[in-house]
Amino acid sequence: MDILPILSTLRRHKVTSLLLILQIALTCAIVCNAVFLIGQRLRLMDLPSGVAEHELVQVQLGYIGASPDDKAQTATDLAELRQIPGVKQVALARYLPFTLDGSANAGLKLDPQQQQNTLEAETYFGPNLLPTLGTQLVAGRDFDPGEYLDFDAVVAALNRGDLTGLPHTMIITRPLAERLWPGQDALGKTIYVGNGIPFRVIGIVAHLARPYIRQDGSEYSTIWPIRMTPADGASYVIRTAPQDREAVLKAVVAKLRQLNPNRVVLKKRTYDDARNDYFATDRAMAGILGGVIVALLIVTALGIVGLASFWVAQRRRMIGVRRALGATRVDILHYFQTENFLLATIGIALGMVLAYGINQFLMLHYELPRLPASYFPVGAIALWLIGQLAVLGPALRAAAVPPVVATRSD
Amino acid sequence: MFSYYLDLALRSLRRNIALTALMVLAVALGIGASMTTLTVLHVLSGDPVPGRSAQLYRAQIDPLDASGYRPGQTQPPDQVTWIDGMNLLREKRAERQALMTGGQVAVQPDNTMLDPFYEAARYTTADFFPMFGVPMEYGRAWNAADDEASARVAVISAALNERLFGGKDSTGQTLRLSGAAFRIIGVLGDWHPNPQFYDLSRKSYGQNEGVYVPLSTSQDVGMNQDGRVDCWGNGGSGKNPSHTGLCVWLQFWVQLDPSAAPAYKAFLVDYSAQQKALGRFQRPPNVRLRNVIQWLDYNQVVPDDVRLQTWLAFGFLLVCLVNMMGLMLAKFMRRSGELGVRRALGASRRALFAQLLIESGVIGLVGGVGGLLLALLGLWLVRRQPAAYAALAHLDLAMLVATFLLALGASLLAGLLPAWRACQIAPALQLKTN
Repeated sequence: MDILPILSTLRRHKVTSLLLILQIALTCAIVCNAVFLIGQRLRLMDLPSGVAEHELVQVQLGYIGASPDDKAQTATDLAELRQIPGVKQVALARYLPFTLDGSANAGLKLDPQQQQNTLEAETYFGPNLLPTLGTQLVAGRDFDPGEYLDFDAVVAALNRGDLTGLPHTMIITRPLAERLWPGQDALGKTIYVGNGIPFRVIGIVAHLARPYIRQDGSEYSTIWPIRMTPADGASYVIRTAPQDREAVLKAVVAKLRQLNPNRVVLKKRTYDDARNDYFATDRAMAGILGGVIVALLIVTALGIVGLASFWVAQRRRMIGVRRALGATRVDILHYFQTENFLLATIGIALGMVLAYGINQFLMLHYELPRLPASYFPVGAIALWLIGQLAVLGPALRAAAVPPVVATRSD
Repeated sequence: MFSYYLDLALRSLRRNIALTALMVLAVALGIGASMTTLTVLHVLSGDPVPGRSAQLYRAQIDPLDASGYRPGQTQPPDQVTWIDGMNLLREKRAERQALMTGGQVAVQPDNTMLDPFYEAARYTTADFFPMFGVPMEYGRAWNAADDEASARVAVISAALNERLFGGKDSTGQTLRLSGAAFRIIGVLGDWHPNPQFYDLSRKSYGQNEGVYVPLSTSQDVGMNQDGRVDCWGNGGSGKNPSHTGLCVWLQFWVQLDPSAAPAYKAFLVDYSAQQKALGRFQRPPNVRLRNVIQWLDYNQVVPDDVRLQTWLAFGFLLVCLVNMMGLMLAKFMRRSGELGVRRALGASRRALFAQLLIESGVIGLVGGVGGLLLALLGLWLVRRQPAAYAALAHLDLAMLVATFLLALGASLLAGLLPAWRACQIAPALQLKTN
């Protein structure tokens, strides 16, 4: 196919061609970035939590009045809940990965004299946390039952300045261990919290995400041997088989109500639901971006159809002359397809530059990484395809113009 | 002349219904998307206390230890400790001042038809109500004497009053909150500040608290605190934040005439220096005094996603306009014959230009109506989103007018270039070629 005649025709429609190129470029740039943003969201939604997500249910209680016998009540609750058929493990936890309930962070130091914290990490408390959450220990050991201290006693000791009343062991995640001591064995090493309170690392778990996704390490989590109760704000976390979750949840709530009616159920849900809620906005955003991509491609495709139809109508005589001079229908079809391909290619090239610019702008204003080069072909292929599809109808109509048109004057 | 041009425009648009529909649809989609996101942005960045926001200041001081302090860069914490909050409150250096925090209380209705439930609460000193201009439907708010006496009094929201008492005047009734008996002394009127500027640590948008009790009383009764707590050094917070000076968990607001703000800031510096001299503070005085709007800006209260969506919608609008421009141009150029005849018959370029602009204006207007409908649909979709601000997404009159101006302006702008190009036609040439 000879490109020169096409170019010379386009030169006669400079402004219209430029507008079409601009539209393709803008669409390409926005589509590249939108696809990238969707990819980012989906990547977030796929992050591992480190817990047995499909096997957990959670019940949070709030006392109505004072709760002086809270510890005894909690012990009774735990014993009774373990009796419920289908219940495999029970723990009390304040926060869970990827839930909107809140988080508690502590600054960690490697040297008690350090001025700045090395980093901030999530602090998970609660008895029996690892077996219940299904978090896999890859080195060291879990806490001994005797190692646990009561939450209120720890806070009281801290406020008294009595460091003997504090825990001194900790389990950390592997990503945190690798960040704190790259290439070394973290077991037995010491972490300092607050004004140099030492904690010895006794265990390492493979994964345990923080409640909130943060740029500085989504898996910087620590587990402390601290026992919490519902009055401290902890909720019951129960592990069961995936198919038993609904039944167990119902039975647990009924049992807890029966054990002490003087409290309100603040939350009852499966972990899957909680995680779903956490990512709801990301899912919505991915949906919106997807909708915008589709709408943009449709508008651009319709625009190409409209313009191509005009050009075909305008060039009927020219087409007739070419046909009369021996051009086949396929030649005419190819002419319009090539024309569209040329415009699309120029538009895509410009679009790549624009896409890069938009990404730079987004990086500046939002916490986004650089657009990887692999996203550029996505926009290019989408627009080439859309262009060819859109131009097919008008091009076929052009190919159907009979040679006799050349002899008519309209 | 205008009606004649309008007639010509309508004829021309009718001649090619599909193309006209395509242009209108493109404009409507672009306008609809932009208006939806603009409305959300407008609602979310609104002034929560109109008329007062310039006189309300959030006071920040820096009681943290020296660790991590970078002079000139480190911002003081958003909240204050119990000790500092009480000290600043007692000094009474502003016209009004309020110290507050959020919480959750168990509500036990007397009405046995209702199960007990938990309700968001605000524990605050008395100036909260006059400072923020909180309207009262029934009764009154408490006063400084009630604060002093840790009176068991409560103010409830209109929504909670509706739920508990069917909306009737409930003042004088007793309500059990977190196990203690409180006397209801007031019911709030229609008050829904959004964003919830006074405590952004819990949530930025949505329904405000149902229960309001004096801060001192909440501490006596041991009501649950709910919201951000930041501790340093060996500070720790249990079920309820400690009253030691190592955790910040209270919000401190003052009302000042803007002219008095520098003096109040100087007072905060003096206070910090004095506390440092006493050995309580370790950092040099590091204070901020931000009014409501500055405070919302500093906290970047409008979600990033909403701003991103606005950019996206305007990118989309731009594509739609370029699309319309291309189609208009192609259409006008195809009519060069007709335009040439009109030129030859004596129509000035200016007249042609006006005629063509009216044609694109008509598309803009119809597109604007379509865009408005799409924006209503878009806002309905936004309200179904899981975000906390979703319920706030409603179109108001200002946005309605803005929709039309935007649609008309955009399509006139998009019609400018094609109309100008089409007017450049030499009449004779066009007559000849045909």
